[in-house]
Amino acid sequence: MTTQDVKQVVIDIIADIAPDEDLSVIKEDVSLREQLDLDSMDFLDIVMELRKRHRVEVPADDYPRLATLASCVEYLTPKFIQ
Amino acid sequence: MYDAVIVGAGMSGLAAGIRLAMFDKKVCIFEKHSIPGGLNSYYRRRREPLEERKFDVGLHAMTNFIRKGEKGKPFSKLLKQLRLDYDSFQLEEQSHSKIQFPDAILKFSNDFELLKSEVARFFPDDYQNFLHLVETIVQFNELDLNATYQSTKELLSQRIKNPQLVEMIMCPLLIYGSAWENDMDFSQFVIMFKSIFLEGFARPRGGVRTILELLTKKFLEVGGEIKYRTPVEKIIVENKKIKGVQTPNGFVESKQVFSSMGLPETYERVSEGVRLPMAPAGPLSFTETILFYDKKVPLEQFDSTIVFYNNASQYRYQRPSSLYDNTSAVFCAPDNYHPNQRDGEGVLRITYMANYNLWKSLEREVYLQKKQEVLADSIKLVNTLIPDFDGNVTFSDVFSPTTIERYTWHKAGAVYGSTEKSRAGKTPIENLFIIGTDQGFVGIVGSILSGISISNLYGLMGES
Ligand SMILES: Cc1cc2nc3c(=O)[nH]c(=O)nc-3n(C[C@H](O)[C@H](O)[C@H](O)COP(=O)(O)OP(=O)(O)OC[C@H]3O[C@@H](n4cnc5c(N)ncnc54)[C@H](O)[C@@H]3O)c2cc1C
Repeated sequence: MTTQDVKQVVIDIIADIAPDEDLSVIKEDVSLREQLDLDSMDFLDIVMELRKRHRVEVPADDYPRLATLASCVEYLTPKFIQ
Repeated sequence: MYDAVIVGAGMSGLAAGIRLAMFDKKVCIFEKHSIPGGLNSYYRRRREPLEERKFDVGLHAMTNFIRKGEKGKPFSKLLKQLRLDYDSFQLEEQSHSKIQFPDAILKFSNDFELLKSEVARFFPDDYQNFLHLVETIVQFNELDLNATYQSTKELLSQRIKNPQLVEMIMCPLLIYGSAWENDMDFSQFVIMFKSIFLEGFARPRGGVRTILELLTKKFLEVGGEIKYRTPVEKIIVENKKIKGVQTPNGFVESKQVFSSMGLPETYERVSEGVRLPMAPAGPLSFTETILFYDKKVPLEQFDSTIVFYNNASQYRYQRPSSLYDNTSAVFCAPDNYHPNQRDGEGVLRITYMANYNLWKSLEREVYLQKKQEVLADSIKLVNTLIPDFDGNVTFSDVFSPTTIERYTWHKAGAVYGSTEKSRAGKTPIENLFIIGTDQGFVGIVGSILSGISISNLYGLMGES
């Protein structure tokens, strides 16, 4: 998967768990929590969906690495290649 | 072998089930009753000549009202976590409700400004104090599971001069969610204040069945199983670890058990001689009268949705020393949710605090007679609150603390559960968790959120 694909994976997941958010204007380097109405419960859902849809595991200690769209892509891309 | 067994298909059990099954856990809910809902279920009554009505057990009001698209609130979290659509609840808003004491009436609605202006009008000397209190409440982190107990009555009495105002503010919050008599923990108070005064009341058009249909449908869609008429008789534990549950159909193996039946009810069923903490049955139970009329109350005569009525100088939120306490009541006019239709039958509901032990001790014949007294008092209250109403009662039902116990298996018919809670949802037994009422979150929205958060914490995050 390319980094673009991984980014799309994350956006698709967020679109499903927070259907009321406008994702067309997401800034890559600003924390997702700040731009969107996401709380810790929603981050759990991102992690659970990554596992369910793509068999990608994110241990609890690594949740902070999902803070921005850019950090998601950086952290997750190697996991998709594995 | 299940990943999780859930005891009870009430609000919290269904919510926990959805969360776990959504992420591919193998989940089964065991429910003793033949239908879902628990403390907020529904039933039918037939009377001669072949008259039948359907009743919601509870559901005066769903708290935590938000408008579509509003974010960051408990109800919006619930929708997101369960992947439910706002519109599917078909919410209808209250007109307004009121707290009616002998010397003052305070109205409130889904617009907090109304309550503010009422306090300013009737308690001008305390208005600034009230605003400061609201500020404290808004800033407070009520979800901190490490918070220590703080008496609301003490705290409010320090900040508000007129004790009448303290009582009036506390009245709806106590009767809509306190397992403790006359006082409550301040964090519980904050939760209730936000959910009732800052957010507000609404009701799904189809009553509680709308909510239950949404939850059960979603649970089955994501792959969960429900077994009705199947009580969990024992919770099987070995070396302080969960093995599974015993039902009339045999042993069911499970890695985790989430119980919504209550703390004493759960501990009582644990198989092994583990030393478990004491958890008493709660003191508070109710009678509920549901009246059907041949017409609706005209809005010119009565346009409130709920009245928190108290006819004494003090509000006594406690187990009464008589069968029931008719000095206070919750009075609900479900027809006054908007948009209200004015034709057809009218419905009114009246709740009194009641003493379980006294109801339990009655012989069948006296029991029926006492229910008639509750009915007569309820009708009297209708005439007090709506003096000009000339509708005729066409159908009625009264249920008592023993009815609540019989259909929900909560000891002593304790509507808000034990006075002992498991705030963190844990028990001394590995992989046995408490959800709903005795995790400490009550009401429809509260118990659903309890099921969500405890299953997230231990069912989804707890794993590697
Ligand atoms: C009269 C009344 C009016 C109310 N009005 C309102 C209101 O207007 N608004 C509001 O928000 N809330 C209201 N409530 C409160 C609300 O209904 C409850 O707080 C909420 O439903 C609790 O849900 P729960 O899942 O924690 O527990 P429960 O609903 O009690 O669920 C527990 C379930 O477990 C089942 N069970 C018990 N033992 C076993 C066993 N051994 N094996 C299998 N299953 C078992 C029970 O049958 C039940 O279905 C009212 C309650 C009552 C009684």
